[in-house]
Amino acid sequence: MTTTTTLHRATAAASVPALRPERKVRPSVFGTVVLLVGALYCLMPVAWVLVASSKSAGELFSTFTFLPSTHLLDNIGELSAYRGGLYWRWMANTALYAGVGAAVSVLVSSMAGYALAKYRFAGKTLVFNLILAGVLVPGVVLAVPQYLLLAEVGLTNTYWSVLLPSLISPYGIYLCRIYAGASVPDELLEAARTDGASEWRTFSRIAVPLMGPGLVTVFLFQFVGIWNNFMLPYIMLGNDRLYPITVGLNGLLNQGASQPAMYTSVITGALLSIVPLALLFLTLQRYWKVDLAAGSVKA
Amino acid sequence: MTTLAPPRAAATSGPTRRRGSRRRGAAPYAFLAPALTLFTLFLALPIGYAVYLSFRTEIVQGLGLGSGARQEVWAGFANYTRALQDPEFLASVGRVAVYGLLLVPTMLGLALLFALLLDSRRTRATGFSRISIFLPYAVPAVIASLLWGFLYLPRVSPFYYVFDQLGWDVPEVMSSGLVVFAIANIGLWGGVGFNMIIIYTALKSIPTELYEAARLDGASELMVALRIKIPIVMPSLVLTFLFSMIATLQVFAEPMTLRPLSNTISTTWSPLMKVYRDAFTRGDIYAASATSVVIALATFAFSYLFLRLVQDGRAFSQESK
Repeated sequence: MTTTTTLHRATAAASVPALRPERKVRPSVFGTVVLLVGALYCLMPVAWVLVASSKSAGELFSTFTFLPSTHLLDNIGELSAYRGGLYWRWMANTALYAGVGAAVSVLVSSMAGYALAKYRFAGKTLVFNLILAGVLVPGVVLAVPQYLLLAEVGLTNTYWSVLLPSLISPYGIYLCRIYAGASVPDELLEAARTDGASEWRTFSRIAVPLMGPGLVTVFLFQFVGIWNNFMLPYIMLGNDRLYPITVGLNGLLNQGASQPAMYTSVITGALLSIVPLALLFLTLQRYWKVDLAAGSVKA
Repeated sequence: MTTLAPPRAAATSGPTRRRGSRRRGAAPYAFLAPALTLFTLFLALPIGYAVYLSFRTEIVQGLGLGSGARQEVWAGFANYTRALQDPEFLASVGRVAVYGLLLVPTMLGLALLFALLLDSRRTRATGFSRISIFLPYAVPAVIASLLWGFLYLPRVSPFYYVFDQLGWDVPEVMSSGLVVFAIANIGLWGGVGFNMIIIYTALKSIPTELYEAARLDGASELMVALRIKIPIVMPSLVLTFLFSMIATLQVFAEPMTLRPLSNTISTTWSPLMKVYRDAFTRGDIYAASATSVVIALATFAFSYLFLRLVQDGRAFSQESK
């Protein structure tokens, strides 16, 4: 009895969205209702923005909140026309900052994590402790000195000013070190070296594929981190053609205070900016299984 | 720039073992070079620079015109005493303390509850709930604040519509007394799902045998959760608490975004907003640096004390299993 249940559970846990049809267990109405209330709370603002972006500027403040209207396409057209498609440029900028930033960051982190997990060398403990201290540094506290230093070399108000500080992720290095330690067997590395593979080839052809699922997780972490970081681009950038979507919409909202017609554009812009990231999340859901404490990924 | 290049020199050389092991001596440093370069330039150097600036100040001679009129000099601890005695700074610390006390326990409590319910055999619709509760994590804080900001406006909010129908006179949530709840709610909305997933993943890694025996002995789901599951996921709870606390001390995007929708959020509502105002509105980078250093030290002190208090050596272990 016990063994069959255990087996059943093991397979259920392996297939990702775990719905476990098990032994006859009395379903808990209360527990299910609590979960559904939580889901409702989380979905409500998203549902609102869907409805609100279909309203005209006049309807926004006059009709019932959740009463949809027919102006979604007009609103998208109006938003797209705003200053020659500036909104879409913000979207492209965000994709650049978060996509390129996260990809390079994963490369940097995986190399460092691999070195920390798989080599013995002088200064290893020191480097690892530095990285750990870096995890606890409140990132945004760095923003002002980072701005001043980049201003010294004339890099503020450029793409670099947002990209470069986003590349280093002590937490990503920490995670990569654990993934490399857990998923790359030493014997395999030795075998590759015996066969004459260079250190770089051993890393890129053997270690990276084995660390794969973990690296996707680090990529997602970093992607969301950069997408979410408001203060860094807010401080670094003055030219609104370089803005990511967050800083751009913040600016639009500020304009709304004097011209309320702007609000429909802000709301439509918010809706459109949620869509790509929500899709990315739903498709890559299985990679969001980070055991922070054990550091392993169950993907 | 050369330090950033991957160690590919090896590709041209022959497969002899001796040369391989000699090269391996440099390999870890080559792998670490990009990370350490970036770490130095964008973490260590800015911290050092902030500390340096926090001990400096500018004196203005005469009318402050001309090139030699402004001079940077050592200030000792003057910036720090000024920062720590600044009533605006102390008020912002007080607001963030209230914000953190509201947000962190609520968020982690709910995250733990949801995770346990998802892991329980007795709940239904878990797939839908898990995705829905996690979804807000995909919404950046600025966008989340924007959505909630509109939902807080009595003219737009469905809640105020209901209150009106019922004839209740509910005060505006963005009025001065309640705005901290408004901001904490945005943090809760954005963070509960992420923390839930972290705890849920830890729960899934518990071997079933551990509580199967307890179940056979007739232990209820509640007992299994309290006596077996929660103690095992404690290290995850410790880390989620730590990260939530660090994030709390840095709250910036939410109040900055709500500001245009509310007139009760000052430019120094949170400590970081004060840093921003000092540095970029007033141009006093010295005071801003001192305040930054104070926030960083406070974060370190909190993290250290907290880990000391609860640490059993499992979180952030030096060696992986």
